[in-house]
Amino acid sequence: MATLKVENVHTHFGGVRAVDGVDLNVKDGEFLVLLGASGSGKTTLMRTIAGLEKLTSGNVLIGGEVVNHLPPNSRNIAMVFQSYALYPHKSVFRNISFPLEAVRTERAAIKEKVEWAAGLFGIGHLLARKPRALSGGERQRVALARALVREPNLFLLDEPLSNLDAKLRHSARHELKKLHQRIGITTIYVTHDQVEAMGLGERVAVMNHGKIEQIGAPSDIYRSPANTFVARFMGSPAMNLLETGSETIGFHPENFLPSSHFEASTGAQHFEFHVSGVEDLGSDLLLYGSVPSAKPVTEEGVNESGAVIAKIPARLAGTIEAGQQHDFFIQPAFINRFDRATGQRLSAGPA
Amino acid sequence: MSAPSAQSRAGSGPNQTLLAVLMLAPAVVFIVALVGVPFGLAVYYSVHDVTTGGTTPRWVGLGNFADLLSDRTFLTALRNTVLFTFSTLVVVLILSTIQAELLMRNFRGKWLVRFLLLLPWTAPAALGLIGWLWMLDSVFSPIDWVLRQVGLLGRPGAALGALPNLYWLGDRTLAIVSVILVNVWRLLPLATVIVLAGLNSIPRDVVEQSRIDRAGYMRRLFDITLPMLSPILLVAILFTFVFTFGDMINIFILTRGGPANSTQVLPSLAFFTGILGGNLGKGAAIAMFLFPVLAGISALLLRLIRRSEVTI
Repeated sequence: MATLKVENVHTHFGGVRAVDGVDLNVKDGEFLVLLGASGSGKTTLMRTIAGLEKLTSGNVLIGGEVVNHLPPNSRNIAMVFQSYALYPHKSVFRNISFPLEAVRTERAAIKEKVEWAAGLFGIGHLLARKPRALSGGERQRVALARALVREPNLFLLDEPLSNLDAKLRHSARHELKKLHQRIGITTIYVTHDQVEAMGLGERVAVMNHGKIEQIGAPSDIYRSPANTFVARFMGSPAMNLLETGSETIGFHPENFLPSSHFEASTGAQHFEFHVSGVEDLGSDLLLYGSVPSAKPVTEEGVNESGAVIAKIPARLAGTIEAGQQHDFFIQPAFINRFDRATGQRLSAGPA
Repeated sequence: MSAPSAQSRAGSGPNQTLLAVLMLAPAVVFIVALVGVPFGLAVYYSVHDVTTGGTTPRWVGLGNFADLLSDRTFLTALRNTVLFTFSTLVVVLILSTIQAELLMRNFRGKWLVRFLLLLPWTAPAALGLIGWLWMLDSVFSPIDWVLRQVGLLGRPGAALGALPNLYWLGDRTLAIVSVILVNVWRLLPLATVIVLAGLNSIPRDVVEQSRIDRAGYMRRLFDITLPMLSPILLVAILFTFVFTFGDMINIFILTRGGPANSTQVLPSLAFFTGILGGNLGKGAAIAMFLFPVLAGISALLLRLIRRSEVTI
């Protein structure tokens, strides 16, 4: 177990600045999520920490020691790849025991540790199988067991849940969190899924163009995004962004509510909402529409339809239908204000 | 052929069958004419007493084969065929794995090295071999010249003898070494390309995972790379084996089987006996010895490849 410190790290490939000046301070035992779209540099940052990519400048410190020039096999880290990268010609037992064999562990100790790790993930009955005879979820467990079998300083996970189906992903996420609480190894987790990031991370670092846009507790990032990029990334559906005068205001769809369900109307901002479409998700209704008083921020690839979205609990929805016009309100505390030109947050909270 | 009818567009009917037959025909005709007919003829000749001048083949049963087993030249050729093939195989496998492993790395001028390594394969065999004939010449050999210049050859007390030349193709042992050397030179590029393809097919994640798992170079090579490479190594073995075992152009150009038939192999002996010597029956019988070995080993290797296929 160890701390991880990343100091002004750059990793360039030719002219491409994949990681472009990142600073990170990860506490011993912390669970940090790197969140970003594909191409944001999150995987390259992780690979740089692992030593699989050579950094162009800056320092990576594991446990206070600069490891820039150490090859991956000398960093005592464990990593789970998105593909799990199991050794296809080895049995599950030999897959898990491989990291122990590599550091010349006694045979009796190997057996004991492999059985411990397999027990941790409930794969004790699969030890004799080859990876190709395993399901996706079982493969993931083998990869995790292999990563944990020798106590690493640092645990790196590269989108380990993205190859699982939705239902399995849900329970795997829960288990991963419990596991971290139990073993407490410093963990860096890369994902593009903000729901995963919110659910798992003690802290989340949102990356874009090789830089960290914002780092903080998931709920802070969700409630008070540092700029419009982060705002667009958080929430499902994402935060609504509207241009009003010199400002861009942002609010989450679940805070945009019809007057009939609005309790404290004191100071709440009013919008006339033209509903153009309704999506019933069972638990919630998603209302798509437009606000005549403000123009939505659109960008290529992001919110191209320019719709404003409201998410209201289905049991409170009443009789809202497409084509109707309703009065909607937002509590001032839920409104984020950004500079229209720079996209940066204007204040910690509304006045 | 007529324009596509509604029937053929639907994917069935006589037009489709005709098309299939027409498409297959060239391959079938080719194989029958160039493989089937000569093979049938060889089987026929091997059990008859036939000469190039004779008009009436006489049935001798297994007589030709029985004669061969007491023929010392034939036994030498049989031994040489096995010796050349296995020596070439071992050296090619080791060198091609090393070469491919080096070619996987990034370095300046990689394309030039790749180009040079592939050259022996792209050059016509006869041309390359004539080059080697000069390299191994009894008087003008540049190899000997280099050895003389560094003092290993051509003066009293020198490590390789006082004579001015080694007579690469004139000495029994050296001739055998030379033939193996040239075989390796010819087959190394193909094997390297095959192994290189195999190395490229190993997922990068798996190799990186083994580095993260603290495996050093040797452990990665023997525990990860080679096992995952094994199916493709068997392909390289198969190709090298078939090309060496059935090849005679090397011997024909370099030594003509000499000195004193000491480098004769089965294909060259079959050619010298059957075509140049005119004894078609005996030549065919010599060639027939190649068939069961080639067929058996090919079948075995194909089975091994299928069994050891490494997939996830």
